[in-house]
Amino acid sequence: MAAPLLETRGLRVKYGNVEALHGIDLAVHAGEIVTLLGANGAGKSTTLRAISGLLRPSGGEIYFDGRPADGTPAHERVRLGIAQAPEGRRIFGTLTVQENLDLGAFTRTDRDGIAASQAWIHRLFPVLEARRAQLAGTLSGGEQQMLAIGRALMAKPRVLLLDEPSLGLAPLLVKSIFRTLRTINEEAGVTVVLVEQNARAALKLAHRAYVMEVGRIVLEGPAAELASDPKVQAAYLGGKARG
Amino acid sequence: MEQFFQQLTNGLAVGSIYALIALGYTMVYGVLRLINFAHGDLFSLGAYLGLTLLTSFALQGRLGLALGLLVLAVMVMGLIAVVGVVLERAAYRPLRDSPRLSAVVSALGASIFLQNALMLVYGARYQVYPDILPQASIRLLGLDVPVMRIVVVLVAVVMMAGLYVFVQKTRTGTAMRAAAIDQDAASLMGIDVNRVVRLVFVIGPALGGGAGLLVGLYYGQVGFTMGWSYGMKAFTAAILGGIGNIPGAMVGGLLLGLVEAFGAAYLSLAWKDAFAFGVLILILIVRPSGLLGERVAEKI
Repeated sequence: MAAPLLETRGLRVKYGNVEALHGIDLAVHAGEIVTLLGANGAGKSTTLRAISGLLRPSGGEIYFDGRPADGTPAHERVRLGIAQAPEGRRIFGTLTVQENLDLGAFTRTDRDGIAASQAWIHRLFPVLEARRAQLAGTLSGGEQQMLAIGRALMAKPRVLLLDEPSLGLAPLLVKSIFRTLRTINEEAGVTVVLVEQNARAALKLAHRAYVMEVGRIVLEGPAAELASDPKVQAAYLGGKARG
Repeated sequence: MEQFFQQLTNGLAVGSIYALIALGYTMVYGVLRLINFAHGDLFSLGAYLGLTLLTSFALQGRLGLALGLLVLAVMVMGLIAVVGVVLERAAYRPLRDSPRLSAVVSALGASIFLQNALMLVYGARYQVYPDILPQASIRLLGLDVPVMRIVVVLVAVVMMAGLYVFVQKTRTGTAMRAAAIDQDAASLMGIDVNRVVRLVFVIGPALGGGAGLLVGLYYGQVGFTMGWSYGMKAFTAAILGGIGNIPGAMVGGLLLGLVEAFGAAYLSLAWKDAFAFGVLILILIVRPSGLLGERVAEKI
């Protein structure tokens, strides 16, 4: 098997004196959809924030495309090809939808390529085209999530990190967003790392999964396999009866 | 009626100066949520540097009045921008992750440092600018308006319009607005937030230093404590308009200048400062987010 596109080895992160990640080993290969499952406080978001460079690890390494990325500041990692749609969407509410998308392409200078990305994103999320001149803060929750994903895609990333895209959204909307994520992965070959509370939807979408508990990885494997694992079912899928 | 229009133009001139200084407060606050209390002293430093350059190079003699003043303005603004960047690096960057109060204390310290440095170098007495400007007035709508008053307003308006276009229309300006809204999200877009901060500490102090030069030329004298009085007024203007909001600082500055001018003319000259700070108290009670500001309340 080829070397992973994104890899963490023994990744540790501390908040003050409290260690939140106790050595995380992740390997994400090009073209995969990998999901990180776990309860609140398991360290899923912390892992993504460390990969994006928003948090400085206290130990371990992060490799992207075979090269160490630890010394690269957050804004430079976008240039390497790591984009993130963060938890809580974090769109720029007082800027327009269009300005938000433009900022997503901040690292790029290829006008034609940017226009192509935008056309593609408008095809994935037509509402973003319809509301381009509107202030982003006036969008509905679902539309804001679409904007957050579209904005991250504007960077033309090789790996897209998604932190809880389903949070606070109606089930139908979640379905539609997850369908779009599959399209993004299949059409553009974008590698996806998905942090989710909605384990059922995430396992359906992902190829492989990691399960985290209080700062450690406790399980990993193909998504289908984990979905039928009794322990996972009990803890994250609400038992077999409802599965 | 004559007095009304005189005070109107006077208020606009003073207000433009407040607005220029207020932009520095508001931009820094917008990105760092920090009140740069040393900003007023960068303004006085600009006034003093203008004086030094004016007397030692006599540019207006060599290059002609207009070109000489332009070169002088560029030199003053450039030098103050350098001081601004050094100030950020030395007094604020090391405290970026500390509690906000530490940075505020550091800002007060930097202010006292700059003020005392000015006093040591230039002395505690008021210094007088050389009289190089024409004292002419022009007739405007039936009254005599000093040319310099118009120049002050025009220069300020041009600088503010330039800043507005830069912030609203350019890629870097948009990055600046993004960093002001959410620094982490801006980093995730590939924006170097430290670069944005540096830029803010170039533009704000440059405008403040330019305002200092204008005050020196317009009023003819400068003192080492004037950074405090102008700084507090400009800070009031920034709050009046909604701190963090660039058009707000412009509107707030002009408005405060007018309030002061009319209050002094029609009510009492001695209470001029009271009117200005009365406005501050009023706005804090009635509309704490300022006239154009909305973000502040939700952000803190």
